[in-house]
Amino acid sequence: MTAFILRRSTQSIIVLFIMSLLVFSGVNLVGDPVEMLINPEADQAEVERVIKELGLDKPVTEQYWYFLMNAFKGDLGTSFIFGEPALKLIVQRMPATIELALFSLFISLIFAIPLGIYAGLKPESKISKTIMAGSILGFSMPTFWVGILFIMFFAVYLGWLPSTGRGEIGSFLGVRSSLFTLDGLSHIFLPALNLALFKLSSVIRLTRAGTREIIHQDYIKFARAKGVAESRVINVHLLKNILIPIVTIIGLEFGSLIAFSTVTETVFAWPGMGKLIIDSIYNLDRPVIVAYLMIIVIFFVFLNLLVDILYTLLDPRVRVQGSN
Amino acid sequence: MNILNRILIIMIGCVLSSMALAKDLTVGLKSEPSSIDPHYHNLGPNNSFSAHVFDSLVGSDENQQHYPNLAVSWKPINDTTWEFKLRKGVKWHDGSNFTADDVVFTSKRAANVPKSPSGFGTYLKGKTFVKIDSHTIHIKTAKPYPLMPNDLSTVKIISKKHGEGASTSDYNSGKAAIGTGPYKFVEWVPGDKIVLKANPNYHGALKGKPAFNRVLFKPIKTGPARIAALLAGDVDLIDSVPPLDVARLKKNASLKLTSGPSNRVIYIHLDQFRENSPYIKAIGGGKIKNPLMDVRIRKAISLAINRDAMVTKVMEGIAVKAGQLLPAGFHGVSPNMKPDPYDTKAAKKLMADAGYGNGFEMTIHGPNDRYINDAKIVEALAQMLSRIGIKTKVETMPKSVYFKRASAGGLNKSPEFSFMLLGWGAGSGEASSPLRALLHTYDKSIGMGRANRGRHSDPAVDKIIQKALSTVNADARGKLLAEATEIAVGKNYGVIPIHYQMNTWAAKSSLSYQPRTDEYTLVMGLSNN
Repeated sequence: MTAFILRRSTQSIIVLFIMSLLVFSGVNLVGDPVEMLINPEADQAEVERVIKELGLDKPVTEQYWYFLMNAFKGDLGTSFIFGEPALKLIVQRMPATIELALFSLFISLIFAIPLGIYAGLKPESKISKTIMAGSILGFSMPTFWVGILFIMFFAVYLGWLPSTGRGEIGSFLGVRSSLFTLDGLSHIFLPALNLALFKLSSVIRLTRAGTREIIHQDYIKFARAKGVAESRVINVHLLKNILIPIVTIIGLEFGSLIAFSTVTETVFAWPGMGKLIIDSIYNLDRPVIVAYLMIIVIFFVFLNLLVDILYTLLDPRVRVQGSN
Repeated sequence: MNILNRILIIMIGCVLSSMALAKDLTVGLKSEPSSIDPHYHNLGPNNSFSAHVFDSLVGSDENQQHYPNLAVSWKPINDTTWEFKLRKGVKWHDGSNFTADDVVFTSKRAANVPKSPSGFGTYLKGKTFVKIDSHTIHIKTAKPYPLMPNDLSTVKIISKKHGEGASTSDYNSGKAAIGTGPYKFVEWVPGDKIVLKANPNYHGALKGKPAFNRVLFKPIKTGPARIAALLAGDVDLIDSVPPLDVARLKKNASLKLTSGPSNRVIYIHLDQFRENSPYIKAIGGGKIKNPLMDVRIRKAISLAINRDAMVTKVMEGIAVKAGQLLPAGFHGVSPNMKPDPYDTKAAKKLMADAGYGNGFEMTIHGPNDRYINDAKIVEALAQMLSRIGIKTKVETMPKSVYFKRASAGGLNKSPEFSFMLLGWGAGSGEASSPLRALLHTYDKSIGMGRANRGRHSDPAVDKIIQKALSTVNADARGKLLAEATEIAVGKNYGVIPIHYQMNTWAAKSSLSYQPRTDEYTLVMGLSNN
């Protein structure tokens, strides 16, 4: 196991390095941040001062070298726009995104797995067909549009939930999150549901497919023949076996929930990392773009590792290579 | 009895809630400031926000006319010295006194904030601040300098006591964010909210005592979400209402919409410095001499633009036709200039006279996320030009890509495009702003023509602009600026103005916002209906 983790870590460092090279050269090919940031009334002297201040007067290779050197020290650069360390900006907004992702994951799981199992057990029933049709809708409707629709219906028309932003922040066991207050929960519900819709659909379909396959396996038949209660057959024999593909998907999807919740965060003015990255891309805040993508790469590598480890716990047949 | 009780409770509830509403205000902003430090980033959203907490010496009202703010009076006492008398009895938010020392300190800090992506150096360079007594300041320049009040209206005064050694982070955290303005800074959570509270000791130069106890700014970037937040009652005021929604929202009795012209002109820059312009070809694709160098062609293009249709169809009526660089009412605007009429016949004749009777091919460029409906404007322009025989192709792109190419995407960092859509907001509120930046010959050494992306150049115009910039007498300067505009725009067609952008604010119906030409959203501009 240790060897496995070590090997994974070395691989990730190489991935990180390649990624930094790609991202850094990529963002430096596009546009001119000074044109974005400067007051149009500024004269040429001021423009030159800013170019120098931001370090853009140096060749890209030199800029990259500085970036690498500083990155080793844990400094991923300073935001052009905010003048604060890029890492600090991202970390500041991370809790908002993580709580949104967690809550939407929670929503998708508590609905998707029971619905999926039901659709798998009774594929011919009307309810199952409705569930499956609904999941196609969930897949195909654009997040942006659904988000606006949610706001119009729940916030404007019914007036039940707030339309934008993050609610009050509460504290529980030292963790500060808007999940711990009623106001916070009312704010997070719509964006989380919006974000969950796509996951919900994919997990339903995955669960259904898994159920359909596993229900005909010998060990299920044997369990039933042995007279094991149906609830135990489903909750233990079936559920444990369909979880493997679901865990894989959830692991990766959780990463993408965090990394690419940009659309939902923008529509709901959710102050998370997704909104930060999209604003940074619009305004060519290069250091933040680079730092963000670096962090996301680390995140994905870590999640993959976690998924691999979870496999071994769920399915004793899977043995991590190199563990002996 | 029971019913009576209920009615009573409801009535009390109504009274209480209306009282609470009158005291608190939530504003949905399109763009969030990048810092609380008033000198860190000289750009609209920042300057708009900092006007709540900090004051400048010279105030700038909704039409960008000056009013006494921290300075009660100002005048030139000789060719190279301006005298500013400061307001007495002004207190900083911490209770200490405002004096001339704070002003002198500000003049040193404002242009030198580390990592500032756009500073105030442009407005402060060449000026020496001298303290005469505790409430008098002399500002000396090497040459006569008429724009002193304009320049100083942009710079917010900070407290010496709190500003000394303070970094931008100290302002963002609130430690150094001590101003003299109508609202005190409470908290900033980037991307989420900015909280202010009323300053009961405000000196009252702008609309008297603050009207709201607590003000919350929420950044809501997308237009539909901003509107939804207002409709849902989560915010009381929003800025930048998309033109497409204005007509529909105006019918909503629970909202109050206000629109006003801005200081931003939307115009065309045309390549006037290259014989071979990269995006212009003869019909069929051959090489031709750049027709835009001929003033007759430029005039023909202006005549081919149906500005009425542009305003009513493309801009949904939320714009004003433009014939020069600033709308009427601004200093230095010519009273003689009108928007060119729509006259394709005259335009075609001019094309033929210039030897381009068969037309030519041209690609026109524009941004698609910078000005209101920018991409649509470019498409409409393309159609209008094709009517006089100019075969057009349209290319629009995000501003992050566009502006670099428009300024320096060509050979030797020259502007890349042949024909491009741009906008200019006159921050200083005077025609000198667009004239020196867009129409003066590009000259790095004297800081002129920085945004002259067509490289228009006329020595006669340069001379008048420079003379205006050293004429202290306001009337005489205004006349010179008008004259320069008449030649550069009216005669030379150095740029072709299309329309002045209008901005729309929407508030809940009990409030109404006084539109501002500088596009700022100031809580002080709200009044009860």
